[in-house]
Amino acid sequence: MMERRADPSSVDPRELGLRVGLEIHQQLATRRKLFCSCPAELSGEGEPSDVFVRQLRPTRSELGEVDIAALFEWRKGRMYRYHAPRMHSCLVEADEEPPHEMNREAVVIALAMARAFNSMVVDEIYVMRKIVIDGSNTSGFQRTAIVALGGAVKLPSGKTLGIQSIAVEEDAARKLGEEGRFTDYLLDRLGIPLIEISTAPDIESPEEAYEAALTIGQMLRLTGRVKRGLGTIRQDLNVSIKGGAKIEIKGVQRLDLLPKIVLYEALRQKRLLEIRDELRRRGVSREDVVSNASIVDVSDVFKETKSKIIRRSLQRGGRVLAVRLYGFAGLLGVEVQPGRRFGTELADYARFWGGVGGIFHSDELPGYGITAEELEQVYKALKANPERDAVVLVADEERKARKALEAVVERAAMALEGVPKETRAANEDGTTRFMRPQPGSARMYPETDIPPLEVTEDMLAEAEKLKPPHPMEKMEELRRRYGLSDDLARQLLRSPYLPLFETLAEELAGKLSASYIASVFTNILRSLQREGVPVERLGEEQLEAVLRKAAEGAVGKDAVPELLAYLAKNPGASVEEAIEKLGLRRVDTADVERLVEEAVEKLRQEILARGQRALSKVMGAVMPKLRGRVDGRLVAEIARRKIEEVLRQASGAPERAS
Amino acid sequence: MSGLPGYTGAARRVLERAGASVGDYVELVTSDGRVFRGILMPRYALSQKPIVVLKLDNGYNVGVRVDEHAQVVVLKTREAVLREAAAGAPAPVPLLEEQPRREGLPRVSVLGTGGTIASKVEYETGAVKPAFSSEEILEAVPEVGFIAEIKARVVMNILSENMRPRYWERIVEEVAREIEGGAEGVVVAHGTDTMAYTAAALAFALRGLPVPVALVGAQRSSDRPSSDAAFNLLAAVLYAARYEGAEVAVVMHGETGDTYALAHRGTRVRKMHTSRRDAFQSINDRPLARIYPFERRIEPLQEPLRRRGAEELRVENGFEEKVALVKYYPGMDAEVIDFLVDRGYKGIVLEGTGLGHVGEWLVDSIKRAVDSDVVVVMTSQTLFGRVNMNVYNTGRKLLAAGVVPAEDMLPETAYVKLSWLLARYEPREARRLIRVNLAGEIGERHTLDLYPRWPL
Ligand SMILES: [Zn+2]
Repeated sequence: MMERRADPSSVDPRELGLRVGLEIHQQLATRRKLFCSCPAELSGEGEPSDVFVRQLRPTRSELGEVDIAALFEWRKGRMYRYHAPRMHSCLVEADEEPPHEMNREAVVIALAMARAFNSMVVDEIYVMRKIVIDGSNTSGFQRTAIVALGGAVKLPSGKTLGIQSIAVEEDAARKLGEEGRFTDYLLDRLGIPLIEISTAPDIESPEEAYEAALTIGQMLRLTGRVKRGLGTIRQDLNVSIKGGAKIEIKGVQRLDLLPKIVLYEALRQKRLLEIRDELRRRGVSREDVVSNASIVDVSDVFKETKSKIIRRSLQRGGRVLAVRLYGFAGLLGVEVQPGRRFGTELADYARFWGGVGGIFHSDELPGYGITAEELEQVYKALKANPERDAVVLVADEERKARKALEAVVERAAMALEGVPKETRAANEDGTTRFMRPQPGSARMYPETDIPPLEVTEDMLAEAEKLKPPHPMEKMEELRRRYGLSDDLARQLLRSPYLPLFETLAEELAGKLSASYIASVFTNILRSLQREGVPVERLGEEQLEAVLRKAAEGAVGKDAVPELLAYLAKNPGASVEEAIEKLGLRRVDTADVERLVEEAVEKLRQEILARGQRALSKVMGAVMPKLRGRVDGRLVAEIARRKIEEVLRQASGAPERAS
Repeated sequence: MSGLPGYTGAARRVLERAGASVGDYVELVTSDGRVFRGILMPRYALSQKPIVVLKLDNGYNVGVRVDEHAQVVVLKTREAVLREAAAGAPAPVPLLEEQPRREGLPRVSVLGTGGTIASKVEYETGAVKPAFSSEEILEAVPEVGFIAEIKARVVMNILSENMRPRYWERIVEEVAREIEGGAEGVVVAHGTDTMAYTAAALAFALRGLPVPVALVGAQRSSDRPSSDAAFNLLAAVLYAARYEGAEVAVVMHGETGDTYALAHRGTRVRKMHTSRRDAFQSINDRPLARIYPFERRIEPLQEPLRRRGAEELRVENGFEEKVALVKYYPGMDAEVIDFLVDRGYKGIVLEGTGLGHVGEWLVDSIKRAVDSDVVVVMTSQTLFGRVNMNVYNTGRKLLAAGVVPAEDMLPETAYVKLSWLLARYEPREARRLIRVNLAGEIGERHTLDLYPRWPL
């Protein structure tokens, strides 16, 4: 019998023959969108917008194929409700006007990356339509164009990772939510230029996947021409192990999750292969599974059931259907990833193909209000053997329940072959869920509305100027030029604020040290984030303004974190406002003198007893009132002097005018 | 497709040397050592640059510059590529699971004249090919099978902008043939650019029309998931099968979204936008009906001219080609009119300013035209409203010269009508009939709501 739990620590990815390829999608910081003149940025709140509703029809490929996921949605009457903000979308995004010519600025940035990877640049760029029928593109396809092929990137480990292609494409609309048969999308993001960098599937460990994504991401940022912040970069993965299958995983936004997702997918494939082997060991064949899987209506068993889900379904006119999975006893409860059982995989199929809410299977029963007696009767109705077989139940509209169980049987039969080819989506915990079967062939057609774009010498020359250095070279430069420590330089390389750092380090030289500025962009922001401050809301202008105030001496350096926190929590507030609100306005020396005198007066006995050793007491009394408004060194100086005066008075020495 | 369409110069020579033709899977090595593999695509670009277009294994097309030293090797012929692709293709899945019942549904004929209501994509090139048999339409838009018994055929394949009056005559004949053959409604698929002209032509020529005739097209081509073709076709078939009146109408999107279509009277409709789905608008008139294709519902918006089956069809076919539609502009010279008269034109529709004016320096040439038995008709470039040539002096002079004011008729409709009248009546009678409402092209009352305004 198989171990029920899936333990990631038991996996050695290299031993499993892990292979990973990355597809990195990064928004480019161009002025305009890729195929129209709208600004390439997201809309603000309360922007006037228009709303319209559309349907997308699945189209047949040249071979008569239909995208099955799209077909299901269409058959269900899926409608897409588009919200078109008037300042950030136009008729092009609404699919009411043909696209304009491709944005050259975006192409040049992609060419710069091609140069950095030493890729082969094509001479004429052709825009293609990649069919995407989830509503995220009003046209029903994503426009995408290959700019260069081949090339390589060197990882910090010394490994050379192949690049397969560099493409420029349009970003999709933002999904707002679903409501019945309507899916809502916001059109502002649609058409923002993206670069797509696809690596060869040469990555051999989860850590290497992280390293590769990090390095390529850094190089993108080093062009200075990509967008920053959450949601501006996304990774798709393809993951396989020896004997497994190339699984596509879509839409990983958090880099730190990448190694875990890779590891968990390797684990999932390993576990699926183990399930296959266990089934073979039990002597189960595909034929056994398929031919012993007649779907039986067991509603009668549940006439008096305590299961709320089943009762509700029956009341609505639904039925309870059941099927036997021959030879699967105990296997549905086996984990394929931490917290995800093989039964969960079956449930994904039931949901996708049958449109049902979920399934019940024998490895979780009795439970969910279903009693042991009921389960026994289901086994009986199916003529199944509890020692040998698993059973699966679905309570829903009969037609849906039947389709769901057919899909469950089909998925179970696939277990005998190992790992089915799927497109999966990443969950927050690093596991993945079934999204859809992998589309047969790349459904790609020429975009006949856009003429091909010739790559000219001019464009290549512009690209040469944007060509990013390798991150290792950049790190060396940061150390040399700004005297940063290894650690600060490394952190800064990962920071989206590197270009801003360089600007400010140059301009504020002599007023603020480069190391201090670097620490603001790294350590200080990170510790604020840890305290729960929404630092992602801080714009570059705000960071810059705060640092300039500190450089001018308008606020003390120790006021910087507090100011940043205030600005992050109060979007729209100016730095002046923040200084005012927080009471951080600099005090003049006279005020400091007064405050110190008051403190010294109160602590006179202490001072007389301990002399200058009472300094810390005085500082402790004064600083809370002054923090951020004055340099601590100045306060200490004044306090030392005042203490001296008190001591001198006490010893009867003549008082000198200060 | 095969051969080397679009290739010239060095690119053509390199490909010919290798014996390659479009659709073949080739390897291309450029003289600077770059290697590309893919299916050879036709070259559609207008530039003469020596560029070879390949569809790579990942589905993308790229253009590669070649010179005489580039090497091409055919790795697989087009036939082998197609054979492999077909072998790997899964069994086709129908769009709908249910099959329509065929008996008892109204018979609707769908005639193709050009444009693509349904289309197929060519495997090697991705080029869009029209598909127009009944089977192909039912495969692409199976929902129509639940509304009507469809009979479809192609009668011509004309780009909308290449439409001519003599093709209107062909379409009139074909529509009449379907009606005489028992069709209970006819749908004419047509490119959108000149659809409104054809609609007017049908409205005048099909006298006593006993069934509804819908012209329909697409503003987004049918090969894309967001195409409006299926939605419009569905609405047009609903109109043809179920509308209570018997009129020629343009049936297209009523708004940018996929909620309802509008049936516009064929003599009152105009394409008012270059690209929007709801480009067609009724001018100086309300649409006949709002059609909700998903709900299979028709909501009448005004009284039809004629009820279904109220009259017998009398075809009065024929259009005079020597008719001009001339838009007046401030710099217009009288010789434009003189030229038409000297070339034997029989009718001129003027699109004048405002209430129906042209510069007074044209009056003499216009008088000469009228005296030469040329029928001169005045419409307005404002489109909305009625011409009235009694208000200002120039108008009165033009009337005196013999210009016929065309009431609230659209310039294009007036042009089609005059062309139709002159093919069968003497100038005198044509002048009279221009001002008689024959197919809903003239309205006597305009109410305040007949004019689009910005929403508050
Ligand atoms: Zn736009």
